[in-house]
Amino acid sequence: MSQQLIALVAIAYLLLLFAVAYLVEHGTGRLSRLTGSPLVYTLSLAVYCSSWTFNGGVGVAARSGLDFLPIYLGPTLAFCLGPFVIRRIVRISKANRITSIADLIGARFGKSGGLAALVTVIAVVGLVPYIALQLKSISSGFAALTGTAAASIDKPVLLDEALWAAVLLTIFAMLFGSRSIRPGEHHPGMVVAVALESILKLVSLTAIGLFIGYGLFHGFGDLFTRAAAIPSLAAVLAPPPGHFGVGWMTQILLAGLAILCLPRQFQMLVVENTDERHLDRAFWQFPAYLLAINLFVLPIAVAGRLMLPADTDPDNFVLAVPLVAGQPMLALVAFLGGLSAAASMVVVETTALSVMVCNDVVMPALLRIKRLGLADRSDLTRLLLWVRRAVMAVVMALGYLYMRHDSAQFALVSIGLTSFVAVAQFAPAMLGGLFWSGASKVGAIAGITAGFVVWCYTLLLPSFVQSGAVALDFVANGPFDIDLLRPYALLGLAGLDPVTHSAFWSLLVNVGAFVLVSLAGREHPVERARASVFVSESSDTALIWRRTAPVPELMSLAGRFLGRERAAAAFTDWARTRGLDPEGATLADAETVLFYERLLAGVIGAASARVLVGAVVEEETIGVDEVMRILDETQRVIEANRQLEEKSQALEAATTELQQANSRLKVLDRLKDDFVATVNHELRTPLASIRAFSEILRDNPELAATDRLEFLRIIVAESERLTRLINQLLDLSKIEAGGAFPAENAPVDLVRVVRESTAAMGQVFAGAGVGLDLSVDVDPALVTGDHDRLVQVVINLLGNAAKFSPPRTGRAELRLRQVGGEFELSVADNGPGIPPVDRDVVFERFRQLGDPMTDKPQGVGLGLAISQRIVAQHGGRIWIEEAAGGGALFKIRLATRPVPIAAAAMPA
Amino acid sequence: MLRRKARRDRLVGLFFAGVVLLDPPLLNLVNGALLGWPAPYVYLFGVWAFLIVGVALVGRVEGAR
Repeated sequence: MSQQLIALVAIAYLLLLFAVAYLVEHGTGRLSRLTGSPLVYTLSLAVYCSSWTFNGGVGVAARSGLDFLPIYLGPTLAFCLGPFVIRRIVRISKANRITSIADLIGARFGKSGGLAALVTVIAVVGLVPYIALQLKSISSGFAALTGTAAASIDKPVLLDEALWAAVLLTIFAMLFGSRSIRPGEHHPGMVVAVALESILKLVSLTAIGLFIGYGLFHGFGDLFTRAAAIPSLAAVLAPPPGHFGVGWMTQILLAGLAILCLPRQFQMLVVENTDERHLDRAFWQFPAYLLAINLFVLPIAVAGRLMLPADTDPDNFVLAVPLVAGQPMLALVAFLGGLSAAASMVVVETTALSVMVCNDVVMPALLRIKRLGLADRSDLTRLLLWVRRAVMAVVMALGYLYMRHDSAQFALVSIGLTSFVAVAQFAPAMLGGLFWSGASKVGAIAGITAGFVVWCYTLLLPSFVQSGAVALDFVANGPFDIDLLRPYALLGLAGLDPVTHSAFWSLLVNVGAFVLVSLAGREHPVERARASVFVSESSDTALIWRRTAPVPELMSLAGRFLGRERAAAAFTDWARTRGLDPEGATLADAETVLFYERLLAGVIGAASARVLVGAVVEEETIGVDEVMRILDETQRVIEANRQLEEKSQALEAATTELQQANSRLKVLDRLKDDFVATVNHELRTPLASIRAFSEILRDNPELAATDRLEFLRIIVAESERLTRLINQLLDLSKIEAGGAFPAENAPVDLVRVVRESTAAMGQVFAGAGVGLDLSVDVDPALVTGDHDRLVQVVINLLGNAAKFSPPRTGRAELRLRQVGGEFELSVADNGPGIPPVDRDVVFERFRQLGDPMTDKPQGVGLGLAISQRIVAQHGGRIWIEEAAGGGALFKIRLATRPVPIAAAAMPA
Repeated sequence: MLRRKARRDRLVGLFFAGVVLLDPPLLNLVNGALLGWPAPYVYLFGVWAFLIVGVALVGRVEGAR
């Protein structure tokens, strides 16, 4: 095929892609709806499959069989953990408007500009070989297709296809990746174009695979059987025992880290993610894509080995096999597939790198140079775009130079792995930073720097050797013939392939420095606070950093980088969600400042945004004491909270007590009403009879003398009853008011009390026809108290016994004995007794047992109440039991009076 | 919460299963040919497909609920 035709087809294809991208971003039809599709998102992740996959994979397979696979198994394993690792990265990045991996690492460690710049520089240096790989692949594919000499290193520069490929790809990268400044660095057109390229990659490799399997051979079994017959192919099909070793495992690890750390993967996976839910499908669909695209790699490689001359570059088998088979159209499709792979990688990678360099290196530097006055310029979007375009051109130029200079001798895959080891240096700081709040900025800088230096020494530097830039014996003998410093066998660690060797040393040094420095360094509390806020995925950082600024200033600042309308629209949206009036706001609070900072971070990166916003914001410089004070305040709030809780519990307890008291009061109130009614009734009854008999006496002067005498006797009796009632009432109130102890505090002999009472009540018992037995077991029985009151109690109890015992058959017993340190007085009768439920209530005032409506009250109802209070005042107890004969048994216990030994020894 | 944890545990289980099955020394045990196809080729793609189906199923269980 002629060179012109192929070049035209290639350019036409790229233009078609650009048209699609343009329509996606500007059209309103079906194409623009593609941007929100999870399938497009998944396919865009397949930017991972560059020329390395498309051409290099077959190359590896042709040389050593299945060794191409770890590069895809690593991402598959990484995506198994995607729901925690990748989702977390995406969430944190969205919350902080992260635009690149350098931005993420810089933002995690205190929005550190220096760290972000370091990551950016390493990314650029590390990825130059990778970009060179794509250029080499395109040019050698072009050469294979046109049948010209492949080794471009010998050609004049202007005739080099790789140069033209580089120029073309640079232009396309600028068109796709830096046409306009958008908040959040979304490039929907680029995403859809890359997704289309991914489809073409898959389709063309599958088509070639199927053509080989069923067009050239009788199925893949036939292909493998024929290959197995050739001894030189045996190693490809059946690896020798113990073939898979440390190198295999290292490549799985490197690829698993690269899927997260490569700038273009970060761009597609995190920055271009429009909806977090797309991740759910991508977690299995992307590995499925990787599986599908690799399915026919081994058959193509085997077919190439069978069909092609031994000196064919295995990296070109994908093109060469269809050509040999007489299928130029299929070869052209394969070329376009390879072009897609290279173009998508170059476009996305340079876009990501240009954003990183622009946001994290160039802009912060330019903004710091006061003389340029950049911070005061009204529109910086054009400047941003041109900086990015310049970066793209420089990166591509570096890639081309590297390829011209160096890479002719290396297979595609070994160049790519060099880059993988470089970007793997970001993994400890990024993953450690996201999951370990103790990771410090100094640790991150130390780790990344150390790993990068080791990488340069063990992989990058030796790659210049064969081109003559470095002395040849550098690799073989080490610098200055120091054996221990040989770059491929550092400290004598020989026997590993260079990539495994470099990966081991660089990651060991990296992780070691990162962890040790983080652990050893005393982290500033402010940094720690920032870290924990960042790691916690929360977006409430504003609450800690109190900053204010005038809204118009922030608005004009944002307008310079986003364009005025976009900035205004973004603020209006945001103000609406917070319920603010976008017109009315004049002074921005901390959250608004943070919003602007994140808005700007979406365009120029976190570090630059912090510098810019810092210029207009009045930030309270927050020192250690301030942080401590905030922590203190939090502590105090927690403490106050706890106290409040305690108080509310106490309050609750008090409330229940009050409720109980209230219900008791209600009962007492009812009792008081009963009391008043009873007193009323009790007083009125004798009064009424006194009055009635007095009136009879007054109105009937002719009454018989006996009648008159009888009436007068009743009047006297009723008066006495009235007096008694009043006395008792007075007694009760006196006792209740009297406090804890009786007025008298003298020794009282209970034996005397008992004898006096029985003597006084003798007539009553005789009159009621009730027998009274007396038994006194102790004599004397000395207690402390009031003699008369105790007599009153005993008389009262005896009176009750007389009253309630049945006439004639009634028997009462009064008993005095000693129980331990107390004397017990008991009065038993054989009356009806008191049911257990009533044994407490009888001691209440005016409480008389029986039905008040039908039974005639048999007493005032104050006796037991008075008795109980008197006993209580003597420090004793009174209660009721059931007597042997079913009657009531009242028991009183009073403490014995302490007696001097001499007195106790005296005979009674 | 429990379901989320169960899902996480399953994915971690898949990850470690993958690490063990796709790496030496187990990988070195697979040798020879299977119906004319190279056994390691069939084995690696088989385990790979198993992992993908596993991740898809764990995600689907979550999505269906």
